Amino acid sequence: MKFSTVMSPHLQPVNSVDRVMLQVLLALIPGIAAMTWFFGIGVLINIALAVVVALLAEASILGLRGRPIGSTLKDLSAVVTAVLLAISLPVIAPWWITVVGILFAIVIAKHLYGGLGYNPFNPAMAGYVLLLVSFPMQMTAWLAPIELGSVALNEVDWLKLIFLEQLPANIEFDAITMATPLDSVRTQLGLGRSVPEIKTDSVFGLLAGKGWEWVAGGYLIGGLWLMWRKIIGWQIPVGLLLGLGLFASICYAIDNNQFAAPSFHLVAGATMLGAFFIATDPVTAATSVNGRLIYGLLIGSLVYIIRVWGGYPDAMAFAVLLANLTAPAIDYFTRPRVFGQKA
Amino acid sequence: MLKTWRFHGGLRLPAHKNLSAHRPIVNAELPKQLTYPLQQRPGVQLKATVAPGDTVLRGQIIADSDHFLATPLHAASSGTVKSIEDRIIPHPSGLSDPCIIIDTDGHDEALPPEPVEDYRLEPAATLRSKIRQAGIVGLGGAAFPTSIKLNPGPQRHIDTLILNGAECEPYITCDNVLMQAEPDAIVQGALILMHALQVGDGIIAVEDHMTEAFQALSAAIEQSRDRRLTVVKIPALYPTGGEKQLIRVVTGKETPSGGIPADVGVICQNVGTAAAVYNAICRGLPLTERVVTVTGQGLKQQQNMRARIGTPISDLINQCGGYQDSVERLIMGGPMMGFALPEDDIPIVKATNCILAAAGSEVATSKETRPCIRCGDCAKACPVDLLPQQLYWHSRAGNLEKCKEFSLFDCIECGCCEVVCPSQIPLVQYYRAAKSKTIAKAKEAEKAAIAKRRHDFLLERKAREQAERAERSRRKKEALAKLKAAETATEGAE
Repeated sequence: MKFSTVMSPHLQPVNSVDRVMLQVLLALIPGIAAMTWFFGIGVLINIALAVVVALLAEASILGLRGRPIGSTLKDLSAVVTAVLLAISLPVIAPWWITVVGILFAIVIAKHLYGGLGYNPFNPAMAGYVLLLVSFPMQMTAWLAPIELGSVALNEVDWLKLIFLEQLPANIEFDAITMATPLDSVRTQLGLGRSVPEIKTDSVFGLLAGKGWEWVAGGYLIGGLWLMWRKIIGWQIPVGLLLGLGLFASICYAIDNNQFAAPSFHLVAGATMLGAFFIATDPVTAATSVNGRLIYGLLIGSLVYIIRVWGGYPDAMAFAVLLANLTAPAIDYFTRPRVFGQKA
Repeated sequence: MLKTWRFHGGLRLPAHKNLSAHRPIVNAELPKQLTYPLQQRPGVQLKATVAPGDTVLRGQIIADSDHFLATPLHAASSGTVKSIEDRIIPHPSGLSDPCIIIDTDGHDEALPPEPVEDYRLEPAATLRSKIRQAGIVGLGGAAFPTSIKLNPGPQRHIDTLILNGAECEPYITCDNVLMQAEPDAIVQGALILMHALQVGDGIIAVEDHMTEAFQALSAAIEQSRDRRLTVVKIPALYPTGGEKQLIRVVTGKETPSGGIPADVGVICQNVGTAAAVYNAICRGLPLTERVVTVTGQGLKQQQNMRARIGTPISDLINQCGGYQDSVERLIMGGPMMGFALPEDDIPIVKATNCILAAAGSEVATSKETRPCIRCGDCAKACPVDLLPQQLYWHSRAGNLEKCKEFSLFDCIECGCCEVVCPSQIPLVQYYRAAKSKTIAKAKEAEKAAIAKRRHDFLLERKAREQAERAERSRRKKEALAKLKAAETATEGAE
């Protein structure tokens, strides 16, 4: 009897990229569900559009690069990028925003650098930043959460809004949009109001914005599940939340009229999504265990700095991209001591 | 309970040990033919001391060498030397090499045993020489000569002997059942080794799930009334049975990179080796048999067998009821570090602790390799705290200098990184290739250096010869000139 002579280890691998990506997608469900509940089915339309465009873009560029298409699409990495970008966009963003962002993310940020595993920058965040700096008006028009909105849109309204940029006849654009909590803190502080005063505005809920805090809770639950499943390590999320929380606590302790509470910063904006789903993208993060803690701390600090003193109300995308730049250096300086070697 | 330490990384692997762990050791039938490869280790080739047609007895030396890493080979049963010819040897290459073939006669006649009366009266050198003469090597899988390990040299102070009973690879249970069946032989063997090393501490390490083995050894130690020996349970975490990992777990000491356990005052021996030492010293029996785990879902029955060294694997498989249809791969050793054999007409050797006939569902048959996503799981799993990912990039790029910088040669090829890799990259293959390339390059560089020295010497010699020639012709001219001058002078005088 003849046997094949392959090299050890013979044991089956315990994990696969496909499985990792699939679990990331599953973990996003609670957050997406909350977002759909509070902001309408526009989220789902954006996700569907983004996924279709991402798969088409990935398939075409794989074809151009002469790489296998079917088996590569199966790794679901393009889908993860698409969903992450789609849920970062304003719900009422017109279709071309999504398309432009996805094309940039998949074609430029991912494949022009060599595809999965080779891209130095987080593709979803690269796409997001491109959109934010190119189309600031569309990228900052956020829908008011359902609790505050006076109008309800049905499925047809949503499709018309996203694909034809048309609102139902009797509704004004301004009637459905509203500044995000981070945005309103920023502008109102500029107008001379104090944080406690601002927090009495209708947009604020228990910790951060109405609706928004539930979405953040959804991402937190999904993220904790990913940690429990050992798909992501604790270092980046903990580092990020710690960095942001520490900065926010210090400033809050100094002057609680000028600086929002740490609980607000931890729940507002993209903090939870960023901590568990975006900063944890392994390809673009630092790889050593200690390096990841530093990487997380760096992102958390940058988020706070940009939110409070920078030019944008939220900062996750910028902070992640800046930290991506530092990942190789962090890895270089955090090499573990090899067993049996001197430090 | 002794304190234990831990090492970085490692994996909890599905053990699959119940297939064979709770069955008695079965004596394998005497095979019709015994086969002995003359290549003992890479670079250690034995010389046959018998010729075709010779009759041999069990325990008779049939091959040996002066190489310091060689140990003699003994016939495992009586019979006639049929031939010395090329056969496929149990080696990852799957290549053929000279082997001694013995047709057994079925009488199983043995040379009279020559036991030592009381080992405590013997000097260490005598015990070492007897252990070498009995052909004893490490039975855990590496087959390093035991007598060499027992001679760490005067500059190293040894204080602890560790017996390795941590069978960390999945499936393998031969040490476990041996500890249950022959705890006294192991304990006595340990005491002999401690005497030969003059050490005061002996620790037998078993994995925490080996309750029966632990109890059997504890009872045997109790009976020996020797308080220098203890048995300790350690967590079942692959690769805790690796020598340096085990030393770390049991003593907290870190064997230096590139060093040996003796550098931290420890000698490690497998429990089976200790039993073999006992048999050699107290019963006068050379190493001609061992316990082999014959297992895997690809077999009808799984069991531990006491088999003569040189027995064809096919014989053992037949005695286990043969293969199942699902059999996919035949592995010598465990599924993590064992190597796949091309066929089963290959003999077991001293290092063979396990024959794993794995079904398709038990081994990786088709890996879907994807690009590295830099997840870092490999670095978390690495028991040596290497950065497998960086080693992968550099070995793939052929950057051997960088591989060295990232401590490629500290890699023990345990396979943890590869098993956890979600991209299913054959990491260990890359490391092996980079290692052999580095070694080949070093050899080449050495050759080049020799060639350069020769060339330089040649140039030097040529230059010297030329200078000598020039000197000679100058002298000749001078002499001629003198002669001429003298002639002219005489002519003038005339």
